[in-house]
Amino acid sequence: MTWFSIIVSGIVTYFSRMAMVALIDREMLGTKVKEVLNYVPAAVFPAIIFPGIFFNDFGLFVEITDPKIYGAIVALVVGFYSRSVIATIVSGLLSYWFIIFFLLK
Amino acid sequence: MLSKSKIFFKGIVAVLPHMLSVIPFGIITGAIGIELGFDPILVYATSLIIFGGASQIIFMQLLSGGASSLVAITSVGVINSRHLLYGAVLSEYLEKLSFIKKLFISYFIVDQGFAESNKYIKQNKNLSNPHYYVLGTGVTLWFCWQLSTISGIILGSFIPEELGLKFAIPLTFLAIIVNDLKKLDHVFVMLVSGFASLILFNAPFKSYIILSPIVALIAAFIMLRLKK
Repeated sequence: MTWFSIIVSGIVTYFSRMAMVALIDREMLGTKVKEVLNYVPAAVFPAIIFPGIFFNDFGLFVEITDPKIYGAIVALVVGFYSRSVIATIVSGLLSYWFIIFFLLK
Repeated sequence: MLSKSKIFFKGIVAVLPHMLSVIPFGIITGAIGIELGFDPILVYATSLIIFGGASQIIFMQLLSGGASSLVAITSVGVINSRHLLYGAVLSEYLEKLSFIKKLFISYFIVDQGFAESNKYIKQNKNLSNPHYYVLGTGVTLWFCWQLSTISGIILGSFIPEELGLKFAIPLTFLAIIVNDLKKLDHVFVMLVSGFASLILFNAPFKSYIILSPIVALIAAFIMLRLKK
């Protein structure tokens, strides 16, 4: 079943890449649709980010003292000013580890 | 007049700075797949068959969390709908290619390669073989992606669970949108999506992952209307 899902997801992904290049006339995509597609990353990724920070493994809201919240705040600030992918991830992980291994021990 | 191989090479050079983010992202993708409990071969298969970091992570996260195949596949489709935009822009430069070549080059259309190709081809309008530039960026990113996810798969089996590597998932996606944080309209759409996902998180079949982006895109549509 997992293999089946991977293959179908692969076909879906390939189709998204190929459709406008090889199949559909690009004029089919109106200006309005293009404008909205610009927002796809902004619309998709927060739906992974927010639950990843604010919910625990059991689907319950974390407490306000949860280390993930503070790691995410550090990553957000570092990311905002540095605009660097690596700096964002590393600062978030390091501050998270600092809290769970030093402050909470 | 630039030769085909020179254009291809220019494409390779253009995406090299992106390796700083692509390689760690690939390593994280591979390592998270293992952390989520997937077989190493399955994790690698996603790199080869899906070939898209964000979709691979979400796909594995959803399946390991008990989501149905339908939800996992649909969310991959939603995430990748942005490729339609890339394809629409690139199709202008790839028009002269044969159908088979179009099918081949499509596999290599990825975010960073698209961004660089679009920039370069726009600046060099009378390029005779722009598709070699697209291929140069795409093939380079492909190789680095395969190698870095394999490294992540190997590393993943050594990373202790106490490190809580799963937290790298939201951080990685935060890093992807960090460039848009200075655009207020994008931040608005992000907040709509984020709050919608918190409200809808316990909706059946993990459907929050599809519903929240749809709510946010409708908000984006309304926002665009009001702006005019």
